[in-house]
Amino acid sequence: MKIHLKVWRQKDANSRGHFESYDLDHIEADMSFLEMLDVLNESLINQGKEPVEFDHDCREGICGTCSMVINGKPHGPQKRTTTCQLHMRSFKDGDSITIEPFRAQAFPVIKDLIVDRSAFDRIQQAGGYISVNTSGRPVDANAIPIEKEYADASFNAATCIGCGACVAACKNASAMLFTSAKVSQYALLPQGRVEATTRVLNMVKQMDSEGFGNCTNTGACEVECPKGISLENIARMNREYLGAVAKG
Amino acid sequence: MALLDSKVPQGPLAEKWSKHKNDIRLVNPANKRNIDVIVVGTGLAGASASATLAELGYNVKTFCYQDSPRRAHSIAAQGGVNAAKNYQGDGDSVYRLFYDTIKGGDYRSREANVHRLAEVSTSIIDQCVAQGVPFAREYGGLLDNRSFGGVQVSRTFYAKGQTGQQLLLGAYSAMNRQIQRGKIKSYTRHEMMDLVLVDGKARGIIARNLVTGEIERHGAHAVVLATGGYGNVFFLSTYCMGANVMAAWRAHRRGALFANPCFTQIHPTCIPVSGDHQSKLTLMSESLRNDGRIWVPKKLEDAQAIREGKLKPTQIAEEDRDYYLERRYPAFGNLVPRDVASRAAKERCDAGYGVNKTGEAVYLDFDSAIMRYGREKANTMGLKDADDKTVRDLGEKIVEAKYGNLFQMYEKIVDENPYKTPMKIYPAVHYAMGGLWVDYNLMTTIPGCYAAGEANFSDHGANRLGASALMQGLADGYFVLPYTIGDYLANDIQTGAIDTNSVAFDEAEKAVKEKLERLMKGSGQHSVDYYHKKLGKIMWNKCGMSRNAKELQEAIEEIAALRKDFYENVRVTGYADSKNQELEKAGRVADFLELGELFALDAFNRNESCGGHFREEYQTEDGEALRDDENYRYVAAWEYKGEPKDAVLHKEELVYENIELKTRSYK
Repeated sequence: MKIHLKVWRQKDANSRGHFESYDLDHIEADMSFLEMLDVLNESLINQGKEPVEFDHDCREGICGTCSMVINGKPHGPQKRTTTCQLHMRSFKDGDSITIEPFRAQAFPVIKDLIVDRSAFDRIQQAGGYISVNTSGRPVDANAIPIEKEYADASFNAATCIGCGACVAACKNASAMLFTSAKVSQYALLPQGRVEATTRVLNMVKQMDSEGFGNCTNTGACEVECPKGISLENIARMNREYLGAVAKG
Repeated sequence: MALLDSKVPQGPLAEKWSKHKNDIRLVNPANKRNIDVIVVGTGLAGASASATLAELGYNVKTFCYQDSPRRAHSIAAQGGVNAAKNYQGDGDSVYRLFYDTIKGGDYRSREANVHRLAEVSTSIIDQCVAQGVPFAREYGGLLDNRSFGGVQVSRTFYAKGQTGQQLLLGAYSAMNRQIQRGKIKSYTRHEMMDLVLVDGKARGIIARNLVTGEIERHGAHAVVLATGGYGNVFFLSTYCMGANVMAAWRAHRRGALFANPCFTQIHPTCIPVSGDHQSKLTLMSESLRNDGRIWVPKKLEDAQAIREGKLKPTQIAEEDRDYYLERRYPAFGNLVPRDVASRAAKERCDAGYGVNKTGEAVYLDFDSAIMRYGREKANTMGLKDADDKTVRDLGEKIVEAKYGNLFQMYEKIVDENPYKTPMKIYPAVHYAMGGLWVDYNLMTTIPGCYAAGEANFSDHGANRLGASALMQGLADGYFVLPYTIGDYLANDIQTGAIDTNSVAFDEAEKAVKEKLERLMKGSGQHSVDYYHKKLGKIMWNKCGMSRNAKELQEAIEEIAALRKDFYENVRVTGYADSKNQELEKAGRVADFLELGELFALDAFNRNESCGGHFREEYQTEDGEALRDDENYRYVAAWEYKGEPKDAVLHKEELVYENIELKTRSYK
């Protein structure tokens, strides 16, 4: 099929960006979206032009590296699908596709479609862990039985891939879904309860200082999340946070 | 052979590790504060090692090419992690895990290392649970297990089909805690370009900041390479796109011997190639073989009709299906080890029974599992006379709970519903058993340079069992390297910070810059990918699932010629002093073009079949691998001498004091 692309090009963080148009032919339905961009880049290189830079790595929907906004939606039109798992069969012959980087003040553009998401790392560093050293001598793993319901809910929160689509989807560029998923994973486990108070306070403080906006319960984050992380986590984080402040 | 001293401690096998820990030197806490360690790579091995080293008090610098340590490709491991917990009471033990791993590796791994791995496996699970890793649990609240290939017990711990993700995020969280404490400095979007040796010891690295293009010097008292495997030498593999051999290869060029490069794992259950545009392959977890049955049609005409789209798999009657693994290997059936399952799939497809357009696919069928689970569920619900549809609906729900994310991934890629029609699968490159040679302390032949996880060679021999990669990465990083490295660093308590303004750093930086300039100067005929794909074709066709002397010799010549062409004619766009993904790729492919040649040479040298290394000349009458223990019971460790084909072979004889070498049988 034939595809018309409008792609955001930006030399570096300090340059102004702009859209460029490209026409591609012979795109196959079985190609992944990123393989379609590979085809574009191969042709740009052969013309001696600089290829479009984009983040990607595992190409199987788990590492969270790929980003980009496709026709106005983070990770494109398919539900619960990362860009790398999107296939060209989701598009029709003759379609125009607009591709932009994730847009948020806290995610500055590095080049073309690549943004800097290190703010997410800093939020995790502020408290996204259980303080236990490696010793080879903690209690036996089965000494703490955990109700399956809680174990499963914790796991579901823990499947967040840290891609940042929630931020890109949110009109406030809020990182509440991301932050609350980590807070929830630990809050739901007995091992994580010990530091629950300081964790939620520290992580929220860091999140605010990175310049992410606040949550106004629009729910776009949950809709666009490729892993289906639930909005319930935000409610849980708010509860944890209020409790922590009250304890304060 | 003086070069290769494995440093395996004396004494009975089961006591070696405890004794060794008691014997090696320690560094006291005050002195650890004066010692710097560089860890390159932040997958399971690198993240766990750096967190633990920092907890112990060392100053750690970590490097990864990704934008966050959490994105290393360990994250994509699906199935699980082995540990000899024997929670199921099915007869498992440290010895059995050790024995299964040695046998699974076709008797080409080092006995003492593997035993240590089995010993520390139980601590991994305890540690991860303490960290809050949400493993799958049973209704009673205890941890659940499943089975993997090549074993007859249930010892695999898992978190749905995302075990690697959960374990890596656990190690990443431990890293984050140390970053916050200031004990780890994390350098993301940085690539190690060279290892720096001062007076013969590893004393730092040259790294490229991938955002600015800046070349940086970093000094340390020891350097740990936890940079994963080199399977991307095949271009198409289940590795992530960025996975590369650069760090390990640059260390090899500086004197670290490279062991058993021809031992790579071809995983039997991957989604088949769909066309020339393919950029990578996707694994379908081995855990699916717990419940999926692998088959092809019994009749050639049925296979042909399927390929032509005239027949559907569901229309083939039960008696016309060849469940070839169950037929050939009744004892292990669909759970034979990966090398055996892969070769069996290739054998059927080569004989004309393949079931997709290209004839390179077999079926992985869940129908009987769906019905079995459905009936069980119906019974427990008191529905004694449930009809087939009700049973199927119930069964599909159970299969979804176990493997839902894998089925969803399959459907996205292939556009077919695997609950309704069997999956199509074919073997693909998945893991590298070979890697940098290390001694019992995980030190390479360069003093102060260590290799952990997939980057080293020591634990999996010629074939890795499923769910053992996660175990090894975490064993090395949490429980082995942080202690063994102290024995070496005890020499450095008075060394002081490493000065990066020395001649050694000057020269290394200059060489790195020259190499980058050379890559930018190709005549511009072809893209980097063009060369990578060509290399991949040579590797897959001549060094893939089956190999022979003639084709291996051809491969050696072809790769050398391709490398020459690459340097003369590659086109790298952009600039060296800014963000440039083409230049990043070019550097990686340049090293693959050397490694590939050594790979072929190693396969050519090994005149036997063992594990994933299958030489057509050496097979039994029924097509099984034929080992030659008399002449090849050794680790082939290669010393760099310029052109890969001139590499010098050093042998580490493998000594088995505790187990008897047998022909591996899964029948």
